[in-house]
This record gives sequence, C-alpha cells and structure tokens, in this order.
Amino acid sequence: MLLICETAGFGFAVLYSAADGSMQPWAATQMMRFAVALILMMGAAVLSTRLWYRGAYWTYGIALALIVAVDMRGFIGMGARRWIDLGVIQLQPSQIMNPALVLALARYFHSLANEDFKRLRFLIPPALMVLVPAALVLKQPDLGTAVMLLLTGAALFFIAGVRLRIFLLMATAIAAAVPVGWHFLREYQRNRIYTFLDPESDPLGAGYHILQSKIALGSGGMFGKGFLNGSQSHLSFLPEKHTDFIFTTLAEEFGFAGGLTLLALYTLIVVYGFAISLRCRNQFGRLLGLGITTNFSLYVFINTAMVMGLIPVVGVPLPLISYGGTALLALMFGFGLLLSVGVHHHVRLSRSGEPHPG
Amino acid sequence: MRRETYREKLFTRRALLVASGQAALFAAVAGRMYQLQISESGRYAVLADENRMNLRLLAPLRGRILDRFGIVLADDRQNYHLVIVAEQTGDIAATLDALGTWIEVSEADRRRALRDIRRKHSFVPVVVRANLGWNEMARIEVAMPELPGVSIDQGVTRRYPFGETAAHVVGYVAAVSEQELDGDPLLELPAFRVGKSGVEKSQDIELRGTAGTSQVEVNAFGRIVRELARVSGKPGQDVIVSLDMALQEFVTRRCSDEQSVSCVLLDAVTGDVLALVSSPTFDPAPFATGLTSAMWQELSNDPRRPLSNKVIAGVYPPGSTFKPVVAAAALTAGVLTPETSFTCPGYLALGDAMFHCWRHGGHGTLRLRDAIKKSCDVFFYETARRVGIDRLAAMARRFGFGGLLGIDIPGERPGLIPSREWKLASTGTAWSSGETLIAGIGQGSVLATPLQLATMVARLVTGRAVTPRLVRSEGLMPPGGDLAPPDFPSLGVDTPILTLVVDGMNAVVNEQGGTAYAARIAEPGFAMGGKSGTSQVRHISEHEREHGVRKARQIPWKERDHALFVAFAPVGAPRYVCAAIVEHGGASAGGGSAVAAPICRDILLEAQRRDPARRVPDDRATQLASDR
Repeated sequence: MLLICETAGFGFAVLYSAADGSMQPWAATQMMRFAVALILMMGAAVLSTRLWYRGAYWTYGIALALIVAVDMRGFIGMGARRWIDLGVIQLQPSQIMNPALVLALARYFHSLANEDFKRLRFLIPPALMVLVPAALVLKQPDLGTAVMLLLTGAALFFIAGVRLRIFLLMATAIAAAVPVGWHFLREYQRNRIYTFLDPESDPLGAGYHILQSKIALGSGGMFGKGFLNGSQSHLSFLPEKHTDFIFTTLAEEFGFAGGLTLLALYTLIVVYGFAISLRCRNQFGRLLGLGITTNFSLYVFINTAMVMGLIPVVGVPLPLISYGGTALLALMFGFGLLLSVGVHHHVRLSRSGEPHPG
Repeated sequence: MRRETYREKLFTRRALLVASGQAALFAAVAGRMYQLQISESGRYAVLADENRMNLRLLAPLRGRILDRFGIVLADDRQNYHLVIVAEQTGDIAATLDALGTWIEVSEADRRRALRDIRRKHSFVPVVVRANLGWNEMARIEVAMPELPGVSIDQGVTRRYPFGETAAHVVGYVAAVSEQELDGDPLLELPAFRVGKSGVEKSQDIELRGTAGTSQVEVNAFGRIVRELARVSGKPGQDVIVSLDMALQEFVTRRCSDEQSVSCVLLDAVTGDVLALVSSPTFDPAPFATGLTSAMWQELSNDPRRPLSNKVIAGVYPPGSTFKPVVAAAALTAGVLTPETSFTCPGYLALGDAMFHCWRHGGHGTLRLRDAIKKSCDVFFYETARRVGIDRLAAMARRFGFGGLLGIDIPGERPGLIPSREWKLASTGTAWSSGETLIAGIGQGSVLATPLQLATMVARLVTGRAVTPRLVRSEGLMPPGGDLAPPDFPSLGVDTPILTLVVDGMNAVVNEQGGTAYAARIAEPGFAMGGKSGTSQVRHISEHEREHGVRKARQIPWKERDHALFVAFAPVGAPRYVCAAIVEHGGASAGGGSAVAAPICRDILLEAQRRDPARRVPDDRATQLASDR
C-alpha cells in the first residue's frame, strides 16, 4: 500500500515537472484519479477471493464487450480507435482487459485437473481467451496492449503448469506466424521495428522519438539535471513526455539514481506480489496474484526498455507514473485483487469453486 | 491433498522461474540505464546541449562618419517596423483589416505579409509595414490593445543626411556579396550591410565594430525560450573625414552649373581634402535597401558617369596645367634660366613635323614668366625638348603624377606619365622626340587625375611632398587649427625654382594679359594664383587647322575639349589649393580660363572666407558636434 502510494507520488512530481512546473493539466487530474482508483482498490481488496472467483468470467465478459463496443463505435484519439466515451469519463477498455484476463485465466486453470494440462484440447479455451481480445486490440490498432495481453497470457500458462514442450510447440508456431503477422502490421508499426533496428538512420523522422529519448536519458547522467530542469522534456524535444516517455522525463531530471530508485520501488512491489501469491492457500489466488504481479512487471519492463531503445517502441504506459486514467484504474483494480488474495490467503477453494472443507 | 501439494510445488517452481526471468529483465533495464546515463552520458549531454542552445549574433551599431567639425555625414538611424505574430492574432485577416483602419496597409503589403506568414512558423514576427512615421507610430500605440499580435519592431538603416552632396567621399553600404565574406560571422547576418564605396568601404572594419552574441535556449520548434548568456559587441568607431561640409555643399552647388565637373579643394599644408565633388553625383541611401534595376540602369548608362568618383578615378590629359612641372624640371636641370628667352612664331618645326601654339599668330619673344602667364605652347615645346622625357617624367613623378597618391578611399587611378620604357613595352616602338614636345604641354599620353593636379599645386606652393587625405585619424578639428600638422618630407626642389614657377602662376591670374586675368579675385588679401589648361579630346586635323577650327557650339558635347584650372590662394601665403576639370567644357580656345577658372575663383574665395584650416567651427557644427 505504502509502496504504491510512494511510487504514485513520484509520478505526480514528474507530471508536475512535465507540465513546466504546474499542477495543470496533468498532475492534479492524475491525483484525483489516483484517489478514485485507491478507493476502487480497497473495494476490490475487501471482496473475498471466492466472490472474485465467481465473478471472474463476468468481469472478462464485460471487458470483452467493451472492447467490441470500442471497435464498433469508439472514438479516435491519437490516431487509434481505442477510447470509449462513458459521459463523465473516457475509458480505454483494452487496459481493463489486463486484470480481467488474469482473472479469467486464473479461474480456468484453477478448475483444470492436473492431467488435463497434458491434453491440448483443454488448452484451446484459455488460448482463445487470450487471442480474441489480443486480436481485437491489435485491430484498434494498439500493438502495445496486444503484446501485453499475449505475454501476460503466456506467463499465466507457464505459471499454471502447462508443460514446457507445449511452449516449445507454441514458440515454433509463433515463429512460423511471424511473416504472416508482419503482413498484417500497419505501416507505422513496421516503421517502428525498422527504427528500432537502426534509430539513427533517420534522426528527424521515425527515429526521432527514440533518439531524443536516449539523449534525454544520457544527458541526465548520475544525478540528473534537477527537478524541473530537464532541457529535453521542457523544450519539447521529447515526445509524449507525460505518458509513454515519462520514464525519460524522470530519468533526465533525477538521473541514474532517480531511475534506479523507481526501479527499486517497482521491484519491491513485485517482491511483495510474489510473497502474497506464494503465501496463498488456493490455486486461483496464487495464479491471480502472480498473474497481476507479472502483468505489472511486464508493463514496467516493456516501457522502460522501450524508452531506452532496448525494444521497439510500442505504446505501453509506465504503471503508476504515466498520465492516463484507465490504465491507472485497471492497475489499481489489479492491485486490489492482489490485496484481496493477500487478505483472504487462508481461503481454500475446490475445483468447482466451493469452499474446501477444513 | 496430494493434488494440492503437487500443484503448490509446481506453482512455486514456476513462480521462481518467472521471478528469475523478471529479475533478469529488470537487470537488463538497469544495465541499459547504466550504459546510457553513466558510460555514455558525456556524449548525450553534448547532444542535448546542441539541441537546446542556439547562438545568435547581435549586430553592432555601425560607426558614424563625421566631417572635420563633427557634422554627421552618415549614421545608423533607428527605424520602426510594424510586425505581426500570427499565432497571437487569432484571425490574421481580421487583424489586418482592423490595422487598415488605423494606418495605411496597401494591398501589396497585405499580400506580402500573408505570404510570409504562410511560409514561416506562426511565432515568427512578420513585417507588415516598414519605416513607420511618427504619426503612424502614435496611432498604433493607441490602437495596440485592440490589435492582438501586432507590435512595433526596431531596426536600423544607414542614413545620409547630406544625401548626394558627399556621396563620392562617404560612399554607401549595401547587402554583403559572396566575395566579401571574410570569416567575420556578422557578414552572414541577413540584414547586415557592408561598405561598398568611399569611406564606408575603406574604413569598413573600423565602422563595423564587433559582433555581440546572445546564447539562447530554443525549444524543438525553434522558439526562443530564454537568453542564457549575452556578450555585447563593440559598436563601430566613428570616422572623421577631412571635409568641411559647408564648403562641400558650396562646391557641389557651384559645380552643378555644368554638365560634368570634378573639383577638389585641399589644405595645401596638411593635405586635408576640404571638398571633393564629382558632378553629377548620386543618392547613396537606396543602395542600403537595394536599388531597383531601373535606377541602376539609369545610373550606369549616364555618359557623365555619376557613380564614378572622377576626382580620383577620372584621368585626363592635364594640358597646360602641366606646364609648371615642365618649368620646374627645366630649371632644376639647368637647361633654362629665368632670363632664357625663346621666340614663338606660332609653331615649332621638328624634323618635318609641325607643332602648333594655341595662339595662331604666336607670342613673339618671351621668357619663362610670360610663357607661363600666356601659356605659350612653343616655349614649352622647346623647354621640354631641352629637358628630355627622362628628366621630365622624373620631375612629374616627384609632383605626384603617374602613380597612386594613396588617398584613403577606394577607386583611385594612377594616371600616366609616359617614359621610354613604357612606350617600348606598350607599343613596341621607340620613343620619338616629338612625343617629348607633346608631353611638354601635358598632352599626348600624359594622363592625370584632378586630385593629382591639386596635389601638384600643393607641392609647388609648400615645397613639400604633401599627400592628400580624407580620413582624419587624429579626430575632429580642434578650434584654432591643427596643433601638429603632418610633417611632410621636402619635395627636393630648390625653393627659388618653386618661387619662380609660383610667381608665373600669380601672373596668370593677376596681371593683364594673363590667361585667367578675367577670373582674378579682386578682394584684397584673397588673391589667387593659378594655371589654366585645355585638353584636346580629339585630334585637330590639318584640314581643320587650315580652314579654321570649328566653334565649340558646332561640336557634339562628347567631342568638346576639357577645360581645366588649378589654383592656390592666398598668393602671399598659399593655404588652399583647388583643381577643377569641366569635362567637355571647352567653349573656346581658352577653355580652362573661361569655364574652369571662375569655378576655382569662387571656391577659393569661399574657402578663404570660411578658413576651415584655422577657423573655430561655426554654431551649427558646434551644435551638431555636442549632440553626440
């Protein structure tokens, strides 16, 4: 809890700086959202694991429906159709899909018998649970979230105990699918991959973002340029300084020390997540806890690796720091589930979801 | 229970695997961060600074050009432009309309402004109207609250208060050309102007000053965020020229009576050029903003060559004004004494060639003094024959002919004093003695600039190798005269010889029968001495000589003789020296005396009245000088 608040506080400071030392337009809004999300998290934590077990498919269903709705009549923001307008707030259902998918997969694998893991046909429903939303999100187009869903799904498959040879099989299948998938990628998505391979070939065009991001990071040095003094972010050389590239803003102003501090905070949260999961007495809770934790750490890795030019640029926010409502809500919801697992770790669940005697 | 245990074990194993995978990923991120932020930090810090820093040059104010008493001949004037910043207006068209109700905005201004706005970033100020008047400024100031995005911007333009009056001395500035780039970054500023002629060019480095710099922080769109550091440059130095603007104006007026005149007035003692007029002249101001091609055509096609400074770049046969040099050469060589007499029958025969005197009937028997006074050609044919071209050329060079005087504005030409070597080199034929005779009356190949003629007189009357100058490095003229006038070396010609020649020139003007007696100054104490000259532009044929030379009015202007006069004053203690050449001004045989002598007379009279070599500056000059 405290860790989450600390990390979020770090985030507010960076948003404040990204807006040239002003609460508007980002930091204040984000604080309000955080407050709302905090309540949501508490709510999710209070509800018992059993209740979440029953509601898992429902939650997944709602999230999927929202995604379908967005694909049909969502509005377009930043060049992609990924938002839905709910009157007061605008939602990005693809983000909600993250915890929902974890919930649904946890429930499915919980109810699966040990022997079933060896049979391929029992793996088809969960595979569809991952692939359908991922495909829909990819269509929006939102490569980042689609990748997140796929990786989170794969992680859950692995944690749940799917045999390693099946993973090998899937890896082969994916390798075979790459050329086909390439064909379906949008032009800009392909450019991002080209750019990743050689960012300095086109410093003013497609490679601009990543090059400027690296300049900002590198010029930050050991202790950074000081709060509010990042020249790259404040002079608009850095794109998306308050969302996807916020880690760059942070690391420019606070340097290697600041970046490492944030990574340490993240690590603590992840360790905490692992501890909760391992302590849990039921498989659903364990899968849920570890799935949420893994999802979270994947977010952190993909975002930070992306701004440092380790992996291609995909639109993935930095959890708890990046400006954005839905991602924060989804994340806090996930943390709520994690806390719920922690609070109700003694609960035992049978395969059918009934409380286990004893 | 077994199932549960198995699951837990499997889960723990897998969880540890996932955890180590995550740890590896985080470690990769941290490692990359270390690489970027610590190992390669220096390189990226430089790149970040290159991104944000921008060095801008600040143009210094150009120095002023002042006359000897401090009157401003050229300065930088602040002027005001109306500029509009598109992003602040909201609606550009509406703002321009509103602006039109306050000051005049022509359709052309409007189109140009809209075009510039389209081409530039919306935060770049675009000039709508240049050179606002005070009235317009006042109206804009009042209306400013209603005109968002409109502001008044300062600039400088070069101002020449006397316009064309001193254009040949002061020169002009214009946009920098490719060849002039000398590594000074100032020259690459788009609005920078550089001296192109006259003092503006010769003193360009002093006038220019040094650039200041302003290091600014810019954002990704090139907008200036703030100034980080400013190094102010040094404004250009003022340059003081030797002119007396009051005399310069007088001479300009006096010369405007004729079609094409070049005239120069010197202080014989200091070499200061007090007035220098090449008429017609031109307006230097339009060059700074760029001449239209029509203006350029008109200036460059005019046969009277307004753009050329004829005082230093016009070369003319000096005619009879050259005779004092011939006399000095002969007296120095000992081939002539004041008592030597020759007889002039109107011609001199050398071999089978005939050399005519300007006076058809001849002058009879006469000595040096009368020969100068009456400008007898035959006397000087004979004198030149006795001296020979070698000694004549040497004496001419000593008086400043045949080479550059080193006047401190560009464009000076050396003229020509012919010699045996020159003849052989340029034509391949040997020097003939007939040419020596022709050179003796300043014709043939002899060519001189008006400045050389004035310098010759200054050297005659002072006995020193006076060098004319335009830039007063010691500054303004102190009241009462220069304390330490330049100490020119001796000319190396015996004083009695110079006295004889100067006395002859006195007789030219002040004795009855002198060629310029009609142009004498009657006011006591102001009398001048001088020498007239007429130089032929075209050869007079035998046919014409036999049937009577045509009257000047019958000859086209371009073919008429040049009228020349050189003079000094006052005769008792010469201080001012004047040379005037009226191109194609030879209305009669005595052209120099009739047309050019009165010009010299008027100028020398005015010069002595004002006495700029000694006089304290008048009220106007004092006023202007104290305004600084």
